[in-house]
Amino acid sequence: MDLVLFYIAATVAVFSTVMVITRLNAVHALLYLIVSLLAVGFVFYLMGAYFAAVLEVIIYAGAIMVLFVFVIMMLNLGKATIGQERAWLRPGMWIGPALLSLALMTELIVMFVQGVDVAAGHVVEAKSVGILLYGPYLLAVELASMLLLAGLVGAYHLARPAAHVEEKQP
Amino acid sequence: MTTIPMEYGILLAAILFSIGLVGVLVRRNIMFILMSLEVMFNAAGLAFIVAGSRWGQGDGQIMFLLILTLAAAEVGVGLGLVLQMYRRFRTLDADALSGMRG
Repeated sequence: MDLVLFYIAATVAVFSTVMVITRLNAVHALLYLIVSLLAVGFVFYLMGAYFAAVLEVIIYAGAIMVLFVFVIMMLNLGKATIGQERAWLRPGMWIGPALLSLALMTELIVMFVQGVDVAAGHVVEAKSVGILLYGPYLLAVELASMLLLAGLVGAYHLARPAAHVEEKQP
Repeated sequence: MTTIPMEYGILLAAILFSIGLVGVLVRRNIMFILMSLEVMFNAAGLAFIVAGSRWGQGDGQIMFLLILTLAAAEVGVGLGLVLQMYRRFRTLDADALSGMRG
């Protein structure tokens, strides 16, 4: 039973990832990328890594993909956006990701209804992760915070409107 | 009650990583290159999770957390670069920036 769930989730992940790199429209590719991340999150859940599965959905499929959506929408501004929106609402565009997500959701429902006990021996609780995180890996946490700060400052600097940059002559 | 064999998870991670690598090599739109990079990060995280689940240790999830942090920082800086590129060159083609001044 576990293996069947894993096969379905893995198939969804691989298929949607192939669709990501073959789409021509960036928004279509983003939809498939979100489905791919959700499928990988499901695989995490099946592996007994509940904490990582939650983080995958919230941070990857939530926060990071929202950044992509923002930037794509910003770059699309000023074109014929109305016709574009109309084209995006056609079923041919969202039916693929919707079906794949539906497969994942069916898996989730089946798992909860049947009470499949996933990976009984290998569940790694969030508690042990937290204890490790603030014990042996404390330095890594500090380094990650420095990295995030550097990323924040870098993104702020790079995305600023470049009003004064062009005057600088070599 | 069967647990998922480790080999299958590693195989899935390898396949996803290869697809992402092909995406980086084939696509020339910089948004797609960034997305393929995300796919590759994700596959690396999957490999860590599989290994951590195999030995029942939390270290795999911690490595996944660090990869998540790295991906977030990378996306922030990368998308900032994309915005600058679009403002200056009006294109998202990575090959358009192949020349250097100097």
